[in-house]
Amino acid sequence: MVTCLLDRRDVVSAFLKDRGQAAVVCGLGSSTWDVAAVDPNDRNFYSWGAMGGAVSMGLGLALAQPDMRVIVITGDGEAMMGVGSFATVAAKRPANLSILVLDNEHYGETGMQPAHTGAGADIAMMARGAGVADATTIRTDSELAAAVDSFHSGVGLRLIVAKIDPASPPRVMPTRDAVENKLTFRRAILGG
Amino acid sequence: MADDDRDWRDQIFTALKDADISLVGYVPDAGHAKLIEASIADNDIDDVALTTEEEGVALATGAWLGGKKSVLLMQSSGVGNCINMLSLRETARIPMVIIVTMRGEYAEFNPWQIPMGSKTQAAFELCGFKVERVDRAEDAGPTVAAALSFAYHSDTGVAVLLSQKLIGAKTW
Repeated sequence: MVTCLLDRRDVVSAFLKDRGQAAVVCGLGSSTWDVAAVDPNDRNFYSWGAMGGAVSMGLGLALAQPDMRVIVITGDGEAMMGVGSFATVAAKRPANLSILVLDNEHYGETGMQPAHTGAGADIAMMARGAGVADATTIRTDSELAAAVDSFHSGVGLRLIVAKIDPASPPRVMPTRDAVENKLTFRRAILGG
Repeated sequence: MADDDRDWRDQIFTALKDADISLVGYVPDAGHAKLIEASIADNDIDDVALTTEEEGVALATGAWLGGKKSVLLMQSSGVGNCINMLSLRETARIPMVIIVTMRGEYAEFNPWQIPMGSKTQAAFELCGFKVERVDRAEDAGPTVAAALSFAYHSDTGVAVLLSQKLIGAKTW
């Protein structure tokens, strides 16, 4: 059975094209390159490290700005390293937080070693087990279109795992100066 | 604070409120129990129970990106769990205050607490934190107030270590 059908940049484009004023927190590596490639924006916070922290960063931001949509975009390896944060997020249930996990079943940045999601780990099921009730996996274009519709309508904590092709598109690297990124992001979010 | 004869835990909570702290992330510890209860009871504070301490470092970073001031509460054993995530604080120069209840020292009964407790201050310093240690009850509130002022005026990390002598050795 072919499980990796979606193109990662198509997936990220689909979720971000109608983002409006939403803030985006990126996990390290390919997720950061994807967001920088398809939607460079002052309301993006990129990661070049701190593996396992993307969901928790998104939670802190969502709690600080409860009227703003917050989208975490990260990879399967990064999500697995911070998997406990699914339970932390579920306990707070921030209605303005959405999490998109790009699951290529590999560690893309380090030489495409096989990852746990290709060996039986199901991140959406783990999220549901942690208490994130609205957690689903998408594999096809039609599932992507339906997920994007629900992503941008209504409120409620949700997590989507997109099974993606493990191909690595060209790297598009944003600033690696986190202070610059922080200041730009805060000006965009907070004004001043 | 010379005339403040309240419990030192209450004085720490007052310092948090005076500094407009509106998010408290924690992994529970007996020494932090009263502060955690006060945070949960306060409608202006988001209390976030963490599954591991490193989540707190990222949580506090996200909160600051959104303009919110926070503190983290943990036991000395949890500081080791934070080390790589603290690179986020250092690289992005995020203001951060971590209040740590110490184990593995004065009258410790559990040998498993000693390795990390013995390295807590050095670990923070290796990660670029300023470290303040509190041994006397009357210093607790003022030290936390000073740490919050320092961190949020200088975009730096400050750890406040509440010693086991202050807290009282755990008994079973």
